[in-house]
Amino acid sequence: MGDNLKKIPVGDAAAAGPCDATIDERTAALGASGWSSACEPLSIDLSQPGRRGLYLPASDVPETDLEIADDLQRSHPPDWPEMSESEVVRHFTRMSAKNHHVDKHLYPLGSCTMKYNPKINELTARLEGLIDLHPLQRDEDIQGALALMWELERLLTAVSGFDAVSLQPAAGAQGELTGLMVIRAYHEANGQGEKRRRILLPDSAHGTNPASVTLNGWVSQELKSDEHGHVDLKTLEEALGDDLAGLMITNPNTLGLFEPNIDRICELVHEAGGLVYMDGANFNALMGIVQPGKVGVDVMHFNLHKTFSTPHGGGGPGSGPIGVVARLEPFLPVPRIVQDEVPEVPGEVRYRTDWDRPQSIGKVHAGFGNFGIMVRVYTYIRALEGEGLAWASRQAIVNANYLMHQLTDDYELPYPGPCMHEFVL
Amino acid sequence: MHYTPTTPEEERSMLQAIGVERFEELLAGVPEHLRLKDALSIPAGCSEPEVRSELEELAARNHGSGRQICFAGCGAYDHYIPAAVDTIVSRSEFTTAYTPYQPEVSQGTLQVIYEFQSLVAELMGMDVANASLYDGGHALAEGVLLAEATRGVPRVLYSEGINPHYLKVVATYASGLGISLVPIPLGADGRTETGALEAALKEPASAVLLAQPNIYGCLEDVRRLSALVKGADEKKPPLVVAAVYPASLGLLEPPGDWGADVAVAEGQSLGLPLSLGGPYLGLFACRIEHIRRMPGRLIGRTLDRDGRGSYVLTLQTREQHIRRAKATSNICTNQGLMATWATVYMTLLGPQGLKQVAELGARKAHYLADRLAGIPGVSLTFPDTPFLNEFTLSLEADPRTVLDRLAETGFLGGVDLARFGRDYHGHLTIAVTERRTRRQLDAFVEAFTSAVA
Repeated sequence: MGDNLKKIPVGDAAAAGPCDATIDERTAALGASGWSSACEPLSIDLSQPGRRGLYLPASDVPETDLEIADDLQRSHPPDWPEMSESEVVRHFTRMSAKNHHVDKHLYPLGSCTMKYNPKINELTARLEGLIDLHPLQRDEDIQGALALMWELERLLTAVSGFDAVSLQPAAGAQGELTGLMVIRAYHEANGQGEKRRRILLPDSAHGTNPASVTLNGWVSQELKSDEHGHVDLKTLEEALGDDLAGLMITNPNTLGLFEPNIDRICELVHEAGGLVYMDGANFNALMGIVQPGKVGVDVMHFNLHKTFSTPHGGGGPGSGPIGVVARLEPFLPVPRIVQDEVPEVPGEVRYRTDWDRPQSIGKVHAGFGNFGIMVRVYTYIRALEGEGLAWASRQAIVNANYLMHQLTDDYELPYPGPCMHEFVL
Repeated sequence: MHYTPTTPEEERSMLQAIGVERFEELLAGVPEHLRLKDALSIPAGCSEPEVRSELEELAARNHGSGRQICFAGCGAYDHYIPAAVDTIVSRSEFTTAYTPYQPEVSQGTLQVIYEFQSLVAELMGMDVANASLYDGGHALAEGVLLAEATRGVPRVLYSEGINPHYLKVVATYASGLGISLVPIPLGADGRTETGALEAALKEPASAVLLAQPNIYGCLEDVRRLSALVKGADEKKPPLVVAAVYPASLGLLEPPGDWGADVAVAEGQSLGLPLSLGGPYLGLFACRIEHIRRMPGRLIGRTLDRDGRGSYVLTLQTREQHIRRAKATSNICTNQGLMATWATVYMTLLGPQGLKQVAELGARKAHYLADRLAGIPGVSLTFPDTPFLNEFTLSLEADPRTVLDRLAETGFLGGVDLARFGRDYHGHLTIAVTERRTRRQLDAFVEAFTSAVA
């Protein structure tokens, strides 16, 4: 079948293997080596012509000519495996056994926040009435789903201190880009779009930060940080100017340390006419402790698959909503979800999708975003309430400090003193 | 409630071991004045039985394809999902695994995605496919970014047959980079106007975006359109970026065979639940010469130090974590579990199943279209244009009212195209999958007859 190996240049396919082999040698070696015994074969190597994994009913309508021109029709089927259901199930089950995963044991990553994924979340996300909704249904058909999203937006504002939330971005990186686009739309609305095109970011920023800046049509300028990965106020002051669009900051930073001058940093950037974007990857350290929306930050993305317990799925789906301060709300993606009172029935409300937002940046996802993830997060927050969320952050911090303390004798600690939810050895 | 194991007593002893008396001492790095003074104002939490009831009540306020017979399409379809698919993807070895940065503990995920890439490349008739993107709209936007980075002309042509919501995503992504988007209208037959395309091709462009089938369900003469694009410039013609419907590719020629340079798709039709539009799955495949600019992750097959076969993330120098500001895309995470979902589906279906899904949908759609077009006040918008399993009707009645009436009789009657904007007024697009039975189709015709009366 379309075995990708044959089509990738040799030097790259060899990323973790010997680099001097030709593609043919490598392919031969793959065939001759442990593939057949120790390794799980590829599905295509398990294929037997004529096997079926699914039987569908025969057609129950009269035969008609579909009138599809010959040159629009597929001449040969894709080279896909033919397997029975039992073989498919066993093949995937054997592959699954090769993964390390949170249900087996802990996965001590900081910024990636591999927390336990509660099972009730999986059950609610699969409920009929939530999993079977078409994205282009009438608002009347999806009142429960719209209510859920409307409430979730408000729960996330309550945790973070922002004024409004858009749930549309499908992952953290997309949330970042959406947040920067919102800032650009804001500057454009104020007639400063042409002028303000420079973004400051600390040299420790995650690679998605500068990449998002470029995609937003801006230039990024790295700010040298001090030995704790903190922003140096003097360096920052020197980097300000009337071409400044804003600053991106990760807080707590990648070293697991909180930025103590975050309020002053925001003030300085605001005075220069810029806005502050906070990468919320490490928000699991802050719930119930600091509200970024209340200390000067203008936009932040949430990683729902980190802080709010949805499974990482071996690399997605994530979900990356953004929280913004009030002056940025008009620029959020469409549709917005609106709650209306029902005049004829006092106390009753209805929800609708509002597309009439002339200042909106547009859409970053064809639908509402990763709705199935939102259902899981709503379930999680409703179960935990504010106290439970604050307790989750507190336990992350206690655990990290406990672990750090236990390892102090055997490892060098470059940043002694209490850490947030992660630490560096 | 909470899910953490630590009891208050255990916490006390842990704090003692750390050498502090109170938790607050661990927050020494967070200045006092920045800390939240009050508890979070979030309503009281619920126990598991309570939260389950609350979600069941919310779910009961919706009317999805479980309760209604679904004829809605336009990018999301009510295909049959085999029982084995959810059984496999529900395994916590897949759901609760981390992104595969550490290959030695992620061989399961890596092999699944490697198989996914191979299946998608075959489906599309392309050299290579990536590990997936967020959704169909995002995949199309990334196709535009790749083309613009390759050809360097900030001008992109698009057929007006492209899904309007995908185009909104493209426009949003293009806005920061100053890429102008030029529409190519559809003719009276519902297909991209070749004359208009030829005229627009007189000036250089990076890409031409085509849909097969298009938003009205019409089958485009993609070979001819593609040939026009290739003929526009001998050396550096615009890239043909095709947005296709995966479940149609059991019958329709794959984009790689008809001349597309980049093929993208919404992968929901490959066994994913409707789930109100997400999480879905952006498919992205291209010709080998574009691999260095391909967005997102790519899994390769290689040998480890001991000569054992293994899978790893490869060609990472394209990606943001290495190229930073110079990367073509900012994507980090893909839709790993949704790709797993589609991989299991494609493996179960096999080539025969794929063809059968496409054929059943098409036959049933043609049967239904004939019957609906016989109702007074209802006509096929493009009666002479071929279609597969989706077609558009022109109604004398307001499509919205018709949908309201159909809902009362238990049908999700299609998509009122007016939701994409005023230009589409008066049209209803109807999709038919292999799940529909003749009895359901006949009942739908009866309900439709009353709904338009």
